[in-house]
Amino acid sequence: MLADMAATKDKSLYIQLYQHFAPKVKAYIIRLGVMEATAEELAQEAMLNMWRKSHLFRPDKSAASTWLFTLARNQSIDWMRKQKYPEYSLETIQEPSEDISGVDMGEQSVQSDRIAQAISQLPESQAQVIYMSFFEGRSHSEIADKLMIPLGSVKSRIRLAAEKLKMTLRGEFSLGDEQ
Amino acid sequence: MNINHHLDEATLFSYVAGSLSQGMALVVASHISICEGCRERVFETEAIGGALLDAAASDNVSEELNQTALEQALACLDEEEPRLPASTLGHAEIAANTSISRNEVPAPLSDYIGSSLDDIQWKRFSPGFFYFDVFSERQGICRLLKVAPGKSILPHGHHGNELTLLLRGSYADEVGRFTRGDIADLDDQIEHQPLVDGNEDCICLVATDSPLRFTTLLGKVLQPMTRF
Repeated sequence: MLADMAATKDKSLYIQLYQHFAPKVKAYIIRLGVMEATAEELAQEAMLNMWRKSHLFRPDKSAASTWLFTLARNQSIDWMRKQKYPEYSLETIQEPSEDISGVDMGEQSVQSDRIAQAISQLPESQAQVIYMSFFEGRSHSEIADKLMIPLGSVKSRIRLAAEKLKMTLRGEFSLGDEQ
Repeated sequence: MNINHHLDEATLFSYVAGSLSQGMALVVASHISICEGCRERVFETEAIGGALLDAAASDNVSEELNQTALEQALACLDEEEPRLPASTLGHAEIAANTSISRNEVPAPLSDYIGSSLDDIQWKRFSPGFFYFDVFSERQGICRLLKVAPGKSILPHGHHGNELTLLLRGSYADEVGRFTRGDIADLDDQIEHQPLVDGNEDCICLVATDSPLRFTTLLGKVLQPMTRF
């Protein structure tokens, strides 16, 4: 639907996407520790970027929720740091994307449910570093200090968790396989 | 470009999560813009972020849609319809118009230093060693280094992470040999002494998230002067 909106600039599609994603984007930003009124503004800006930057959306590379995540993340970090978060540039990968309408929202939410469930099944020590990275914005060193563990342990926990979550995404890891 | 050294999974993950320092994020973004393999890994990791976004609304925050906000958004779309995002197109234009940029300065870095490594206003540490601070950080550094052939950096370890992206020339150390596009992703487990082994200056972008740990007396004495 997002790819269709990018192609047609159809506002009725924008409205549907807005209705689906705006509350999620706002909720994500609030979890980053931003006050509600500011989160509202940042979410609104991210939702406007969904329209402005829709030509950069690559349906063959990512789901709409994934792309919205990057918009919301950048909007929040730019605001929190008063500096633009360095983004990888797209110029080398701007070959015209094939006409794929992307994964529909039904499939996406199935995948999201699987990831959410996989996260909930991670060992506590791994779920904790994922949470601290994504929602508290803590660097490896900060996590190491806070948990009073060596830097190497923080990194190996993140590596293990990332590997499991990616296997879940690829469908190689069925739930219940966990240890 | 033949890239042999890539990003550690933990670094890549934290970049996607948005939790890397500004300097380290710049090194990562620069590497990703020239390394297709790492870019694919980023796309995969971003999907985890997408799932977290999808799941975010399910807990304490109300999913109730603010109708006024939607109307305001639609009004904004009407106002700015013909405009395209200048900043993002900026990257593409810089890279398309400047072959040097495409070859030597990755687009994310060109936002900070321009498109040519030959126009940098280098400052000298000592004979054969030059630096340019890309920006200053609360902790750690984000800096371009230029080292002459045959020169070696004093042996050091790290208190935190050190990311180095090779932009020109090459060096070798205990970890391996690094050439253009390679990234050295090191942490407090590694002590090394990089030696510039080619015939040309070695230029790299270095970011750390805490001070280095020099292992020789000379290094310790010089550390305050170099602000590493």
